[in-house]
Amino acid sequence: MAVSSSQSPNHEQPPLIRFAQVERHYGSVTAVAGVDTAIAKGSFVALVGASGSGKSTLLKMINALEVPSRGQVEFAGEDVTTLAPPALRRRIGYVFQGIGLFPHMSVGENIAIGPRLGGENLPAARVAELLELVELEAEMATRMPDELSGGQRQRIGVARALANAPQLLLMDEPFGALDPITRDALGNSVRHLHDRLGLTTIMVTHDMAEALLLADRVLVMDSGKVVADEAPRALLRGEGGGIAQGLVAVPREQAERLAVMKEAGDSGAENGAERPAETSRDAPVQNGDQAR
Amino acid sequence: MSAFETAILGLGPQLAAHVLLAASAIALGIAVALPAAVWASRSPNVARIALGFASLVQTIPALALLALFFPILLSLRVVFGEGLPTLGFLPALLALALYALLPILRNAVTAQANLDPGVLEAADGVGMTSWQKLRLVEAPLSAPFVMAGIRTASVWTIGAATLATTIGQPSLGDPIFAGLQTQNWALVLAGCVASAGLALIVDSLLGLIERGLALRKPTLWLGGFAVVALGIVAALWAQFGDRDEDRIIIGSKQFSEQYILAQLIGSQLEKSGYSVEYRTGLGSAVGYSAVKSGDIDILVDYTGTIWTNQMKRSDNPGRAQMLDQITQWQDANGGPHVVGRLGFENAYGLAVRQDLAETRGLNSIEDLVAIAPQLTIGGDPEFFERPEWIAVREAYGLRMSEKRNFSPTFMYNALKSGEADVISAYTSDGRIAADNLVILDDPREAFPGYDAIVLASNSFASDPGKLRALEPLIEAIDVDAMRKANLMVDREQDKQSPTQAAQELARIIGL
Repeated sequence: MAVSSSQSPNHEQPPLIRFAQVERHYGSVTAVAGVDTAIAKGSFVALVGASGSGKSTLLKMINALEVPSRGQVEFAGEDVTTLAPPALRRRIGYVFQGIGLFPHMSVGENIAIGPRLGGENLPAARVAELLELVELEAEMATRMPDELSGGQRQRIGVARALANAPQLLLMDEPFGALDPITRDALGNSVRHLHDRLGLTTIMVTHDMAEALLLADRVLVMDSGKVVADEAPRALLRGEGGGIAQGLVAVPREQAERLAVMKEAGDSGAENGAERPAETSRDAPVQNGDQAR
Repeated sequence: MSAFETAILGLGPQLAAHVLLAASAIALGIAVALPAAVWASRSPNVARIALGFASLVQTIPALALLALFFPILLSLRVVFGEGLPTLGFLPALLALALYALLPILRNAVTAQANLDPGVLEAADGVGMTSWQKLRLVEAPLSAPFVMAGIRTASVWTIGAATLATTIGQPSLGDPIFAGLQTQNWALVLAGCVASAGLALIVDSLLGLIERGLALRKPTLWLGGFAVVALGIVAALWAQFGDRDEDRIIIGSKQFSEQYILAQLIGSQLEKSGYSVEYRTGLGSAVGYSAVKSGDIDILVDYTGTIWTNQMKRSDNPGRAQMLDQITQWQDANGGPHVVGRLGFENAYGLAVRQDLAETRGLNSIEDLVAIAPQLTIGGDPEFFERPEWIAVREAYGLRMSEKRNFSPTFMYNALKSGEADVISAYTSDGRIAADNLVILDDPREAFPGYDAIVLASNSFASDPGKLRALEPLIEAIDVDAMRKANLMVDREQDKQSPTQAAQELARIIGL
């Protein structure tokens, strides 16, 4: 197995997160079957795998939303099960697919909730700054969540996660429910924030393309185990084993097909016999859409 | 002013008592249901048990639930001492609060179960403690649904609180029960309109609060709360604001004579400067227990009832002997004090139409024996099971051709229409005079005496001034006067209220 084959470069620093023989069982079902790895401060790690591979469970053991059945998870050198969960979670930003903005609180109140839990009243200027970080207007603070688009809501979700100035940002399928354009934009925003704020980011995704484009280290999970641990370039070079390469194959093939298509389009009517037939078949439908 | 207007305008004290009872029951219901709902949301087992219990309670008829608290509280006196009230506010409060549990609990549990899981995950994710999660997220998001449950509970409770009358707690049920017993529909209507009106007002106020919570408009729900609080404060003030601690509580059972005598005794005490209040419409056994325990101060009861029901006697030593023995028995058993006889009997007696009496020469039950096999006898639903009937049958060897049961009102009609030839009448009933009926003599004294007697609680009886105030009533009411007063309330035409009949009765006996 390729586990731990490519540790992050800064060996001299202690890792921010360490998984030591971590397992998680639900009755007879095994979600995480022994994970043993470390995550360095400042890295952007993607946890990739099919549904049920254990990636979300592994992520949630860091902020104690899940508890290991065996082994231990360390955050900044401390076993997380020895810390009070609320206090631990307030030190860690958490963004997930469900977003979970509090519908009865304004955007500003949602963003300020973390500091408020710790007894701190977040000034309006700091809320505006956090909104600016996620590329939203400061006036947005007074709006209610149900007035926002899905992409705006998840931006607020990210701003809320950053309100306590955490070192670590955990993201569980953060863009899964968004349309591709919003998704791409938000991914880039988050990567930019990661660099700008010097965060350590762990992102769970089932989309290998997203992982390859955003992360600097990709952990591939299958049946509760880490089956590949590579940098994106290494994965693209064909390293990491069969399961990882199966996942990499999908975006690669898509990219190749798109490239071929583009070439065909550039070189004029060579493939014309095929394409016009399809477009003419689609045409009435498109016209119908426009008529609406 | 119409009878209805008079009735409804006189309901102030009952309305205040009703509001306080319902509000307290709902408050207690909320105080129990909300923590239970929070606990239930953390544990499916607790949810199952709590909802199961609340649903079970709901299947018990409200009237039965109220009545059940009497024996329950009585047995709890072992733990809490003799001071624990078994009638009145406490049992009514407990029964109604139990009744209010289900809608509040069910809505609160459902609201918790239907909270967006994403929001709950976010609450954990941002680092809320479970208390912060409850306070900042679960409670505000559940509030509109919980409020809807409270609203349902309130409407139920306000309706069911009318039944509290039967266990000695004043409520808007007082005029309803009094009216039903005396067939005074203006009173029934007044009670129904008042309680329905109260329910509608509360429903719309709580609806306002619910909408304010759902729309997150604090002015709306705070305004609603303020009006509700104002109503409760007004009821408190009406109930306790000018309260005379030494108020004498006069009870009455559920028939016309009892309502009239309660009013007569009340006005007599008021004349002597005491303030009084009424607990009308008590069940027969409840009334006796209430005066014995001191929950009420005065009750008119009947010697035969105490003789058979409390002393479990079936012999008949004669009227005077019976009263003596009852007085001794009460004193020996710490029971209520016998103030004295009012002077008339409300006994069972066999009544026939005057024409039948004349043509067949009927004067006493002995005269009836020969022709009994040709005659039909009508009785109230319990009469033929009572020891009195068995005693009469055995004493005279009566063999009637047929026995039929009628409700008391229809019994008199059946006699008039010829469906019955003889009925088990009540001797003080106004309809005996009105319908020209003849009560057959009972030379063998098979029917026990049913002398109306005034019972007083021990605290009342220890005050000579109070006893003196009642003296003019003792041995003052003959059966004709009582029949006249009863008829005023019972007749179909020109029906009078018990209060009016009591005034007339006072005039007749020269008070």
